[in-house]
Amino acid sequence: MACFLVSVTEAVVVTAAEKAEEKREHSAAATVEGKEAQVSIPLSRKLKWLTWMLWGGAVLLAFEHIWHGEVVMWFPFLTAMSDPADMAEMFHEMATVGVCMAVLVTAVWAVMCKVADSIVKRPAAENKQHAAA
Amino acid sequence: MTLLITVFAAVIATVKWYTRKDDSMKLGILCFLYWGASIMWFVDAIFEYVELQAEYFTPALEDMANDAFLGLSVVALGLVIWIVRLLVTDPRGAVRAALTKKEA
Repeated sequence: MACFLVSVTEAVVVTAAEKAEEKREHSAAATVEGKEAQVSIPLSRKLKWLTWMLWGGAVLLAFEHIWHGEVVMWFPFLTAMSDPADMAEMFHEMATVGVCMAVLVTAVWAVMCKVADSIVKRPAAENKQHAAA
Repeated sequence: MTLLITVFAAVIATVKWYTRKDDSMKLGILCFLYWGASIMWFVDAIFEYVELQAEYFTPALEDMANDAFLGLSVVALGLVIWIVRLLVTDPRGAVRAALTKKEA
């Protein structure tokens, strides 16, 4: 009904956090310029992955809701908002399906970050061994 | 069916991203788009399965056709988002070159 709104909310918060982190990293990079560069993935880049997954998933899911006539182009935009019983069902769906969606996307992203960090830290020779195997 | 089509789109986009020669096509965005949607539809499918049980795996032909049509439309929308962003950001400078090219 409107489960994608939970992901949209998380996407807004993560986008804001990503922009702030990016700004902080830029100013930090200016102060430590010239020092040896650290081999790691910046947090802002990782947050960008999460924002793309959340925004992308939410937009495509919103399209599905338009397809099924649950989202309309006129106020209040959600057809469930016109009936109190439907509204209660919608909030229940947001609290269950919507929250689970956001949590699973975030969990997958967290695992992805861990794997990406281990790949970056892995010596190049080991990568070639993996390729040969 | 929508979940299945989106997962296939995500896998194909990821394989294309992995075998890319350079990053100028920004295929990573397409991967994130489809994987994000796939995860969300996966959760939706679990909740639907809990509700319908075995009936979930035997949908009516009409529902399946509608879901397949929706899945393909979702893939198309993802591709449109990606191509619009690619043209706007113009990482290869091809759009700029075309726009600034003087007519003979």
